[in-house]
Amino acid sequence: MSGWTDLLFILVLVIDLFVLASSRLRTGIRAVAAQGGLLALLPVVLADAATATGHVAVLALGALAVKAVGIPWLLARATRESKVERELFPLVSFVASLALGALGIIAAVWFSADLPLPIAGKNALLVPTSIGTVWCGLLLIVTRRKAVGQVLGFLVLENGVFVLGLLLSDFMPSMVEVGVLLDLFAAVFVMGLVMFDIQRTFSSLDTEKLSALKD
Amino acid sequence: MNTMLLVALQLLAFLLAPPLLLGVIGRVKARVAGRTGPPLLQPWRDLLRLVGKGAVYSRTTTWVFRAGPVVGLAAVLAAGLLVPLGGPTSIVSFAGDFALLAALLGLARFVTVVAALDTGSSFEGMGAAREVSFSALAEPALFLGFVSLVRSTGGLDLTHLLGDGLAAAWRTDGPALLLVALSIFVVALAENARIPVDDPATHLELTMIHEVMVLDHSGPDFALIQYGAALKLYLFGALVVKLALGARFQEPLAAFAAFAAGQVAFAVAIGLVESTMARLRLTRVPQLLVGASVLSGFALVLLLR
Repeated sequence: MSGWTDLLFILVLVIDLFVLASSRLRTGIRAVAAQGGLLALLPVVLADAATATGHVAVLALGALAVKAVGIPWLLARATRESKVERELFPLVSFVASLALGALGIIAAVWFSADLPLPIAGKNALLVPTSIGTVWCGLLLIVTRRKAVGQVLGFLVLENGVFVLGLLLSDFMPSMVEVGVLLDLFAAVFVMGLVMFDIQRTFSSLDTEKLSALKD
Repeated sequence: MNTMLLVALQLLAFLLAPPLLLGVIGRVKARVAGRTGPPLLQPWRDLLRLVGKGAVYSRTTTWVFRAGPVVGLAAVLAAGLLVPLGGPTSIVSFAGDFALLAALLGLARFVTVVAALDTGSSFEGMGAAREVSFSALAEPALFLGFVSLVRSTGGLDLTHLLGDGLAAAWRTDGPALLLVALSIFVVALAENARIPVDDPATHLELTMIHEVMVLDHSGPDFALIQYGAALKLYLFGALVVKLALGARFQEPLAAFAAFAAGQVAFAVAIGLVESTMARLRLTRVPQLLVGASVLSGFALVLLLR
């Protein structure tokens, strides 16, 4: 069983790298949706006899609905309407950002050995997956020019935070987690509106154009 | 006596089966496209036809051009002795032989490139430049994969890396080995000039990589090159199949049958990849190969943890 759980964590990290390397926005959105689906599986797989079944179910279903279905659908609609197909010239080239992402993940695996968890008996890959995913999300936000790519980066970052949150899921009431998911949904919704505004003003989603604003 | 027979079977399959692998790929591609496709023996017939022809040599070429195909085939044949080809052991085995395997494949590539440059054709020079730059990116992926296997199985020779050492390794480090297998599969596609990297069926010199280097070879020389390419595909297939199978079958004949079935599955997988994917733009190929290296490196980090 632990082999399969490891595989889940590794897949989450591989999807991070895939999103970093893919230039097609639609492929990126699908990959992030798949990552959301994997994250929805995680609370179920990590649950042991002590955890409450209802709590786990709420967490898993909430993540599935928001991360794997809701937000990707919103983003896919936004890309379709703004007719942006791909990220052409990111600030850091795809190969370089892939290498940077890999370095970050390697560092995360390396250093997490020195970060002892207050709660014993958790999967050893949980912390490196979380830190590595946050790093890749940050890299996406910083290096992509198109607004959709930056929103994807935000989602990946949030996924990393979600993984870390699983550590505490035994102690947090499910209302808090539902609130966090709702927050995320609202944030992406607002980002969608902003993207729509950028698109209407500049007829492009290139955020570089925002720096040309003068009063 | 039994071991002798097994080794003979292994060698015979290595010499006879590789063109059939190409035949399987051709059939799969044709089936997916809704055609019947050429018979499985067609690659063998093509080779025999080429052997029957005469060779034409340009006056600008030297002995380097003639040595290319012969040395290339010899290097790949020698590499075949190092890889366990379905039997319990490879024919020649010593600590660190995976480095010699990569070196022999590199030698085969080197003589092909030098022969291509010897013709003085600008197209072939371009192909040669691409071939070496892409293979330079593919090699780290292969070596990181081998190092991961060394770390995981604790052996230093290919017989152990791809044989009995794997059974325990799959139980403990399954996910990491899966990453290595995926990475070596991508390397196999790149090294054998298959589709996401190079299109073996293209006829436009500007976009060809491997095929453009051998444009000037004709007749028996070209047959040697094609045969060598098929052998190389079989070798990479052996790496992927042995890695994926682990040491699941103890009975030698059953193991060999599983190996043969695995090779066919490998060819079918390549055929499906070729049917469903388009060739990547040249500028995107390094990204794929760096991605493969990253996968292998990631596997190594997971194993070192």
